[in-house]
Amino acid sequence: MRIEIPTILWAIWFIVISTATILATLRAVIGPTNSDRVVGLDTWTTITTGFWVILALFFFQFVLLSVAMVYAILSFLGVLVIARYLERGL
Amino acid sequence: MLNVVLGWLGAILISIGVFFLFLGALGIFRLPDLFNRLQAGTKATTLGVISTSIGVGLLVKGWLPFSVALAVFLLMTNPISSHAVARASYRAGVKPYPGTSPDECAKRNLDFSGEGEEK
Repeated sequence: MRIEIPTILWAIWFIVISTATILATLRAVIGPTNSDRVVGLDTWTTITTGFWVILALFFFQFVLLSVAMVYAILSFLGVLVIARYLERGL
Repeated sequence: MLNVVLGWLGAILISIGVFFLFLGALGIFRLPDLFNRLQAGTKATTLGVISTSIGVGLLVKGWLPFSVALAVFLLMTNPISSHAVARASYRAGVKPYPGTSPDECAKRNLDFSGEGEEK
């Protein structure tokens, strides 16, 4: 890394992003319709992609960036498939 | 000197990105109906994850091409998936909440049976 990141900054990033994940999970659980659950799931996976990127920086592993890429691709395909299911049925 | 400037620029970008990810999740949790939630949960989190990814690319030598590729991929695919979800749920009968005053899509006489495009 180019600089040493202070520990308090790591703590703030992790706490804020964990709170965001919990909020999106709550919407995915309590959503009134199935579409709300899909929206919550979509947001959840996007937030988790950002979390993988920060984890790649934390553990200093380049491989985890590839994990984030694959996660984004799979989340995109999954949301498209669920949207098609909501529109027409399988 | 350049390392310090780029490093702190990356840290600031990651902080902005994390903040916008949190705002997206807050909008998902608080907004009244599906389409408002979709807007908050897609726009804000797209900016957040792009900013986070480019910040990480600036912080480490040699990671910038892959993180820019990740950002461009998310910038392309995230609006597509949100558009697909919005269209599908409008056709499936999810109504906007009453505060949405001009519901332009209702005037368009859509075929809600779900078989309009396959013929």
